[in-house]
Amino acid sequence: MERIPILKIGDFLLVTVQVDMHDRLAVTLQDDLTDRIVSSRARGVLIDISALDIVDSFIGRMLGNIAGMARILDAETVVVGMQPSVAITLVELGLSLPGIRTALNIDRGMDLLRSASEETGETASAGREDL
Amino acid sequence: MSTHSLFEIVQRHENDLLVEWLRLQNQTLSARRDRISESQLRANSQDFIMGLRDALSATDSSDTSGPAFAKLREVLTEVSKQRASLGFSPSETALFVLSFKEALFGRLRQENANDPGAFAEKAWDATKLLDQLGLFTVEAYTKTRESVISRQQQELLELSTPVVELWTGILALPLIGTLDSSRTQVVMQNLLEAIVSREADLAIIDITGVPTVDTLVAQHLLKTVAAARLMGADCIISGIRPQIAQTIIHLGVDLGNVITKATLADAFRLALKKKNLSIASR
Repeated sequence: MERIPILKIGDFLLVTVQVDMHDRLAVTLQDDLTDRIVSSRARGVLIDISALDIVDSFIGRMLGNIAGMARILDAETVVVGMQPSVAITLVELGLSLPGIRTALNIDRGMDLLRSASEETGETASAGREDL
Repeated sequence: MSTHSLFEIVQRHENDLLVEWLRLQNQTLSARRDRISESQLRANSQDFIMGLRDALSATDSSDTSGPAFAKLREVLTEVSKQRASLGFSPSETALFVLSFKEALFGRLRQENANDPGAFAEKAWDATKLLDQLGLFTVEAYTKTRESVISRQQQELLELSTPVVELWTGILALPLIGTLDSSRTQVVMQNLLEAIVSREADLAIIDITGVPTVDTLVAQHLLKTVAAARLMGADCIISGIRPQIAQTIIHLGVDLGNVITKATLADAFRLALKKKNLSIASR
């Protein structure tokens, strides 16, 4: 079965969507990603959708769901590289994805994740010292 | 009903008709003499009479939408376009064809001096034909004007939505004029494309030049901000005039968590601060 590869870079997971995202694929990605966040103890997820030309309301909601699940598992999600036409479509559909962080490209997204994990990382290590 | 007799007259008196018609046109056009040259008018008139003669020789019907009249229609379209761009009014354009009536009728009257019945019949045929052609001229004229208007609309859309780069990664979008749905669409698209091409993560939307903000305009602005955020760029709305601030609150528009500033300068200062930049005097 077709799958979207999930790569691990340091503390972060990188998902690059290169194919047309259909509904089954999105559900599979959701399963795989939550599994990987837990197994690799990732602190952040980077989803690159720059190759995606079409995003419907279902995929839009799936992105929101994935971000929500990742947050519960203590990983920050950043969606990067959204095409202008996709952004317009999502806004017209009423999906402004308030829970998701966004960045222009992978570089910026990586910076965002690093600074976010530094902030939480400090509190986490402080917590461990307390133990 | 036949137009054959018309054809005979046009063919036989081609030159007389032209001279007479030109004289009449010069009379009616006296106020417009500066806009169109004598030679131009003569060429147009000659084309028309030749087109009419050919059309009448090819067909016996007075249906001007038929293939026989294709050449003549072309001539008329050309004349209408010319006159539309020269600033003639629709009636002045239609008069080009209609003034031909007088010349033709004069000729008809001479030919049928002793048969009023035949004259009336032929005059009716000619009137019918020339009226159709006159209406066609007006239609062609209107089409030309409409295409001019739609082109200008397009140009206005392009002109009024520039995206300027204030600093590396900071874009400004000074909006001028009323925002409607189609303009917002263009504005949104321009901004988002600029965000990608300049790799900007901050955009300032300046609405100093927007005369009124109603709920629809506010919604359009919020949509633009939301779309930019989805792409990873933050937006600041600036240039909110006191009356506009009052209107927004009176209308109960919720600008949500969009950052707003009174002036573009304030917005720019904030943008620099967000990028950890500062301006110092030497």
